[in-house]
Amino acid sequence: MASSSEIREKLRKKRRGLQDSLVKNKNDDDAQALVPSAKFKVDKQPTAMKKAEGNDEDPGETLRRTLRAQRQRRKKTLLEQSLVQESHDAEDAEDVSIAQRCSANEGSSHRADDSVISTRPPTGSQRDLSVRSEHSSSSKHLDTFVTKHLQEKLKAARSKGESLQQQEAAAAFTKPVSRLQRLKNRDAVTRFDREVDPVSAGRHEDPLSLRSRVKFREAARRVGKDLPTAEEAYNFFTFNHEPAQPSQLDRISRKRQKRREKVEEDRDEDGQEEAEVEEDAEAEEDNQDQNEYQSEEAPLVRNEDDLFIIDHSPQDFVEVRKAEYVAYRKRIQRDRELLFTPSFQTVPTSIKLPENMKPRFLEDEGLYVGERPPISLTNENILENRILKMAEGNKWFGDDGKIIALPDPIKESSTRPPLFHMEGELDPALQTVHRKPLKSKYANMYIAGAADPEGDYQLDVDVSGLIFSHHPLFSREHVLASRLAQLYDQYLSRQHNNLTGHLTDKLNGLRNALRNMVKTHGEQGSSEALQQRISEYSLEVRNTRQLRDTEQEKDRTLLKSIIKVWKEVKSLREFQKFTNTPFKLYLRRENVDRVLDEREYEGEILAEVLEMEAESEEEYQTKLAEYKKQLEDWKLWKKKQKAKRKKKKKKKKGQAQDDTEEEEDQDGSESDEPFEEGPVKPKPPDRPDVDSMEQWVREKASRIRRKPGEPILIPELSASGSITSSELCPRAEIARREDVSRRSLFIKILYNYKEVSRTDSRSLSTDFRVHLGQIFNLKILNCPQSINLQVFEEIGSSCSLLAQVFVPVPDPSVVTGSAPMEEFEFSSNQRVMFDHEGVGSDVPLSFEPDGSDKLTLLTSGKLSCCVSWGIGEEGVPLAPPVSQQPGATHSGRGHLDAVSYIGASGLYDMKKIGEWATQSRLDPNDPKNTSIMQLLKVASSGEVTAPDYFRLEHLQEEFNFVTDEEIERSKRFRLLSLRNQEAPEFRNYKFVPLLEREISDKVFQDYEKRLKDREIIDTREHLDPHRALVAKYLQKIRESVINRFILTKHYYQLSDLVIEEEIPSIGILGINLFKLAESKRPLKPQRKERKKVTAQNLSDGDIKLLINVIRAHNIPIRKPQSNKPGQSSQSAIQGSDWYLNQVQVRPFVEVSFQRTVLQTTTADGPNPSWNEELQLPFRRLRYIEPTVAVLTCCKPARRYNARCSVLASSLVDIFLGWFTAPDGPLNKLQPLKHLLLSRRAGSQDAVLHKPVEGPQAPNGDYSTASLQSVKEEVFINIFDEVLYETGPSDKERTTSIHTQIEKHWLGSVKIPFSTIYSQSKIDGAFKVNTPAVLLGYSREHGSNSVYDHWRSTHGGMFIRLFITIEPQLVPGESVREKFDSQEDERLLQASERFVKDAAQSYPDRPCITTVTDLSGKTVFITRYIRPLNPPQEFLDAFPNNPQEATTLVARFVSLIPSLPDQVSFSGTCDLWSTCDQFLTLLAGDEEEHAVLLCNYFLFLGKEAWLIIGTAIPEGPTAYVLTHEQSGYFIWNPSSGQFYDKDDTFCPLQTVGCLVNSDNVWYNIQENPSPLSTHFDITKANMWKPFFSRSFSHPGLSSVQPEELIYRHTDRAAAAELQDRVEKILKEKIMEWRPRHPTRWNRYCNSTLKQFLPKLELGRGQDVAEGHRLELQNLLGDYRIAGFPLHLPFSEIRPIIEAVHSTGVHNIHSSNVEFALAVYVHPYPNNVLSVWVYLASLVRT
Amino acid sequence: METSGNPSVFLLTVNGQIEGANFPDYDNLYCKYCYVYGHDWAPTTGLEEGITQITSKSIQSHRLIWNFPLETTFKSTNPSGWPQLVVSVYGPDVFGNDVVRGYGATHIPFTPGQHTRTIPMFVPEPTWRLQKFTGWLLGRRPEYTDPKVVAQGEGREVTRVQSQGFVTVSFHTMTKDMKKMGYDTGPSTPSAVQSATSGWSTEVQSYAK
Repeated sequence: MASSSEIREKLRKKRRGLQDSLVKNKNDDDAQALVPSAKFKVDKQPTAMKKAEGNDEDPGETLRRTLRAQRQRRKKTLLEQSLVQESHDAEDAEDVSIAQRCSANEGSSHRADDSVISTRPPTGSQRDLSVRSEHSSSSKHLDTFVTKHLQEKLKAARSKGESLQQQEAAAAFTKPVSRLQRLKNRDAVTRFDREVDPVSAGRHEDPLSLRSRVKFREAARRVGKDLPTAEEAYNFFTFNHEPAQPSQLDRISRKRQKRREKVEEDRDEDGQEEAEVEEDAEAEEDNQDQNEYQSEEAPLVRNEDDLFIIDHSPQDFVEVRKAEYVAYRKRIQRDRELLFTPSFQTVPTSIKLPENMKPRFLEDEGLYVGERPPISLTNENILENRILKMAEGNKWFGDDGKIIALPDPIKESSTRPPLFHMEGELDPALQTVHRKPLKSKYANMYIAGAADPEGDYQLDVDVSGLIFSHHPLFSREHVLASRLAQLYDQYLSRQHNNLTGHLTDKLNGLRNALRNMVKTHGEQGSSEALQQRISEYSLEVRNTRQLRDTEQEKDRTLLKSIIKVWKEVKSLREFQKFTNTPFKLYLRRENVDRVLDEREYEGEILAEVLEMEAESEEEYQTKLAEYKKQLEDWKLWKKKQKAKRKKKKKKKKGQAQDDTEEEEDQDGSESDEPFEEGPVKPKPPDRPDVDSMEQWVREKASRIRRKPGEPILIPELSASGSITSSELCPRAEIARREDVSRRSLFIKILYNYKEVSRTDSRSLSTDFRVHLGQIFNLKILNCPQSINLQVFEEIGSSCSLLAQVFVPVPDPSVVTGSAPMEEFEFSSNQRVMFDHEGVGSDVPLSFEPDGSDKLTLLTSGKLSCCVSWGIGEEGVPLAPPVSQQPGATHSGRGHLDAVSYIGASGLYDMKKIGEWATQSRLDPNDPKNTSIMQLLKVASSGEVTAPDYFRLEHLQEEFNFVTDEEIERSKRFRLLSLRNQEAPEFRNYKFVPLLEREISDKVFQDYEKRLKDREIIDTREHLDPHRALVAKYLQKIRESVINRFILTKHYYQLSDLVIEEEIPSIGILGINLFKLAESKRPLKPQRKERKKVTAQNLSDGDIKLLINVIRAHNIPIRKPQSNKPGQSSQSAIQGSDWYLNQVQVRPFVEVSFQRTVLQTTTADGPNPSWNEELQLPFRRLRYIEPTVAVLTCCKPARRYNARCSVLASSLVDIFLGWFTAPDGPLNKLQPLKHLLLSRRAGSQDAVLHKPVEGPQAPNGDYSTASLQSVKEEVFINIFDEVLYETGPSDKERTTSIHTQIEKHWLGSVKIPFSTIYSQSKIDGAFKVNTPAVLLGYSREHGSNSVYDHWRSTHGGMFIRLFITIEPQLVPGESVREKFDSQEDERLLQASERFVKDAAQSYPDRPCITTVTDLSGKTVFITRYIRPLNPPQEFLDAFPNNPQEATTLVARFVSLIPSLPDQVSFSGTCDLWSTCDQFLTLLAGDEEEHAVLLCNYFLFLGKEAWLIIGTAIPEGPTAYVLTHEQSGYFIWNPSSGQFYDKDDTFCPLQTVGCLVNSDNVWYNIQENPSPLSTHFDITKANMWKPFFSRSFSHPGLSSVQPEELIYRHTDRAAAAELQDRVEKILKEKIMEWRPRHPTRWNRYCNSTLKQFLPKLELGRGQDVAEGHRLELQNLLGDYRIAGFPLHLPFSEIRPIIEAVHSTGVHNIHSSNVEFALAVYVHPYPNNVLSVWVYLASLVRT
Repeated sequence: METSGNPSVFLLTVNGQIEGANFPDYDNLYCKYCYVYGHDWAPTTGLEEGITQITSKSIQSHRLIWNFPLETTFKSTNPSGWPQLVVSVYGPDVFGNDVVRGYGATHIPFTPGQHTRTIPMFVPEPTWRLQKFTGWLLGRRPEYTDPKVVAQGEGREVTRVQSQGFVTVSFHTMTKDMKKMGYDTGPSTPSAVQSATSGWSTEVQSYAK
């Protein structure tokens, strides 16, 4: 009973422990958490199966039945096992000591063996418990039933248990394994026990259990020390995983539980309180049992249970517990098992190598071993240790026991030259001095008039002709003939050299000498020296003889082959029955004296034989001597052998007999002794065979020599034969001949790879020779690098490159006349095949009938030409000095670099390389040196050709899509590539057609025309050859600058791509905050900065020009019309009255831009205020002049007169032609087409008089560059609207009154679009450009206001405007490109700093220190200022009045036309030309004018400065400041006007800086306007100088010439121009008035003409009212309105525009007459002043 | 139009939609698209530019769905300058300022058939950190002067960008007369239905799902 109670106790504890551990999850690993889930899977299956089975029955019933059956089965099978276990438990505590010895590992392995017994599966209980805990309450009522039932069971179990216990006690010793196992289990139990202890200890007071518990506790303590608890727990639970066991396990657990229950029931009877304590748990189990036994009562519950179990998710069992502490040592131990720490001890070499291997050091063996990269020893050791641990670790080690490593890739020395820092250490004498590259004389190729021929060099290339040695068009006969000719040439040259003769003579001489020598000294016994000489002589004789023999043989074969080829030619001619070549070969026979010949022949043979005998004898002797020596040696050896053998024989008796025969002996020795090397017995040399020798000599002689008596054959080739005429030839031959005649050849001469000239094309003659005979004199500027002659063949219109011949550049000593003609061979590897007789090229060709012996001939030939230096006038060769030739020597830098050692040129010198290689002791095995070694090896073997070129992209050709020629030929490719190059015509070309045929040739017309126009100077357009030249020149500069811009356009900055807000400063932040509080609609709104629009987003019609015409001042008023001159006083009397009644003036403003005309309303009075905004659309227009003309023609023609209508319709036809042409210029204007057609059909709609908008494609882009290049100007004209009442005459008395409106031009303002664009807005008062004389108007105002009076006296009409572009366009940014410069670097930096500082302090004041000159170089600005002489005649004109001279000079400068740089260079790139360039170009912008004017003023002795500032309307500009006694004056160089410093109407708005030749001063005064600026530059607080004491003026020389040279102007040319302009203008006016007849008042014309010179004399000042009166007198009855226009002359177009803008032609009154006079006044240097007097006369 | 037998242009029709985007950090985004094409291309029908609705994420899905249709037909004479779709995504930042969330571009697929493209998006980075901060504060992030910049390579070396998210676009392309003009874009095999940025796409799509 004691044992049973013990068991019970233990079981209870165990169960409790399990329960606790599972429920609380205190002690377990993560692995445990997984266990239940795994278990459940197992559990699930049978249930599911059962369900499936009982599908058709009542599921509960089935389940119950099966479960019961299962249960019973389990009972039987497991009862025994569990009892065994029980008995184990019953064993006493002694066994614990055994358990202590059990390590965890052992235990686990044992357990694995018999898991059935050992496992204490928690699962069953766990599951059950957890399930039951939930159902406990519901099952309580079953208690009583259960107790009754269990009591019965318990009895049976108890008796069974007792019997089994006894059995077990006996069996216990026979089952040690199980015992161990049991102990193990007990350990686990104890552990649980201890932990549960506090709870259970208090409750169970059973002394037995206490005793055992104490023991267990002890054991547990001991065990706990050794055994890792986690591990144990792990083992404990993981065994549930045993495969094959799940159901069994389940059963076990159930079984056990049941047993426990029984035990407990049992105990319940004994001690009731215990039962109470355990009631809960028992109740659960009861429930289970109840379910099992009494399933009828709660089948559904049971069912639910199972279902519930299935539904449980693993999460329900996961619990959070404390982290488990693992002892440090244990951890280390565990780590040690898992981790590997390589030691850093050196590994002995033996381990690293395969066994029994000694380390082998390749380096010692002389093999190349690269240097290993440096590694620290520790790291290496670690790595080695690590590698050794790996499988196949040994393969990482080389033979030397080291890790295999590549050689160190780091070079010892830097390959770049070292850069020394300039500061300090370096000896100042060694300091690097940076020099600007010197400007070459020829660098500035665009300088006009700089092409003086002095110092030029001339290269004469004489191309005399070429001969083909093979040509594809050769017939077979030609091939043979040319071969014949070649052979013959060879023959001739051989004959000429006569080598054979020479050699024969030499041989004879030698023989004689030898003979004499032997004769004279033979008897006296030969001395050593003599012997030597004789042998030398005989050697010489032999060599010479051999040479002669070969030469003779060659002669002979040549002759033979000539004859052979000739025979072939003959047979071919016979075969083909015609002759193609004129060659004929004659063989001249020269008979010889047979006897003499024979004797000579024999003598020769004899001599030869004798010599040979002697030679062979000598040879024999030497050989014999050698033989003897060898024989001696052999004998000696033999003896030794014999001695040896004898010894052996003594040892081996009864062996084979010694026959003393050597052979046998030897054999014998070989047979039984190891073979011994010894000299072979030498053979005695043969005696020379004299007979055979003679035989051989004779044979040779007959082969290579003429037979004795045979006549000498001398071939003669002549071209005297006749060629069969074409008619007699077969068809194929005719075809070939025709082909030949179609071909012609020419030669291009390329100098430095540029074609410089080409010969005339000469047709190919039938003998394939081309005579050119042309000499080209090349004037060269660049060093000659290559002269290349390209042979081109022309067939019809196509030509192909046949071959290239590179001619060496001659030495300077080779001059024309003395240089011989040279022949250069050329060949081409082109494959050509024909279907006619021509043999082609690179085609196999055979002359044999069977087609064997094929030859492949390539086109080849010889070009004879001569290149030499020309001779100058005094016989001086026009060759450049040698020093100019390229190729300089390099200084050696070190031994390591081959290139620096021997110099680049030395690379081709193999000797030097070899020298260097030996000197630097190159390691031949070093892979780095392989290439050099290879080269040296090849070089030493003799033949190497160092390439004289290198290739950058040597595979380029393979990658080429098509050849360059094809690209050039294909229109599409050409178009695409031109577009890619951004050629202006194609820059935005859209839709390049896909097919070649769709591209018309017209596409390229413009482009090609432009290319052509570069050379041709069109005088027609320019009226003046000089200006035409200048225009061309300007065009060239523009192109070069544009190309530069296109390049720079592709360099981006961040700001080009990304819009990023600037970091706001605190101030801005504050303002922003302040803005928040700002009212949304302030009462006084301020202009806000508009958003800038990038140009690429724009399309047509997006851009508008806004012009706000505010008001005007000081407009001239009408004068009272007086019919008679005498009445003027009368009208004056009426004055006051007249003023009241008469309108003074009714001005309105008309703005025209791109021929869109808008006008304001009409205002009254001389100081009108309009305040109107005009919007003008901006389009990119492309005027097609003829179209406009036609369209303007169309309109009147239809309406008015029949004659015109005919004309118009024919024009319309032409016009329509343009439309219908597929790629005509007007293809885009299809909408207009139907309009035109309808017009022709006579319909009466649509008015066409707008200019036609050009095709969008090329110019429709709104990019910055294109907008900047808009040349159009905005014309703002002020007109007076005059109303005339006409019509009703007094006689008719009709009521209707016709009013006629006339507008009279009063003045205009011109503003270039580029100015508006670059400034984005222009605001201010503009001085209106008024004519000097305004007929019918007067400046005198009736108003008495002082202000008005002051202004009127000042003379000038002003208009206040505000102009801007909507939307605001981003003005073109200045080019960021830093131009190269010849200025000192320090100066450039200083100027950069200066400008930067200036921009920071006063951003709105322009400051310029450096400018770009015409060649694109940066130049310091002061270099432009230098006193320069104005034309002398100005100085002479007013010798006594310097003031007059000043104004005259200013006028002269203003007469030079202006051309803004932006327009010409499409970018804000300010190019400054020097004054002489400016005067040559006769065009420039304000800066050039200002510089010139300033320089003139300086010459005139004035104090003058250049003002860099801003003005209206130019924007940033340059003015001139002069200082005189009366004060400072500001000059506008473009208009020639000057202003007092205090003049409010001075267009200059800000003064940025002042420049003179010494310095630049930046304005640092508060107010930059000239009114408040003090111009005293000495004041440091007002002007900041560039050169100061700290940075003094380095003495910059001027870029200006010393003196300007002026050409006198041709007065006749001026007069001619005057006539032409007048004629053109008259035509234009008539053209503009197509509907009206234009009548010219000739009388008035001539009168006006007389006025103009006077005006010129008065320099545009309103000289006198006089001439108006005069005019009035002359033309009494007319109402005159008119004015003179004054313009500087540049082109005809601006004049026309100016005339057009006045609108004089718009007077449509029927009785109007016009008067027009033109006067051109010439100034020096072709500066012309143009006056146009325009007047309209209406007869009153 | 020319006769079909002898065409001088070929046509490319793109149908499809901007399906959606995956911007893990941002919400309430909308997308603008435009095409960039060479000189020899011209759109004949359909919208060249468009702007989608504003989309916000739902709780379930973190994808932004626009499903904005694209329908454009181009005609061309030259495959050079093949159209590219440029998408730019905008959305409000913390302060409600509309800022750019990404730029991206992809070529319209050459082969006819259905294609899905996942376009990785990026935005230009501020030049320096302070600017980044002020930009964040004021809602003025750096933007490209023109979204079309992302379709060209020129000048990109001056910018720094940050990757943002992905936009998925599906295309159905058709071509007409390409073969007649001698351009063979190859068979439209199913394997051709691959993302342009296949390296990304698998990862991203799995992420998106």
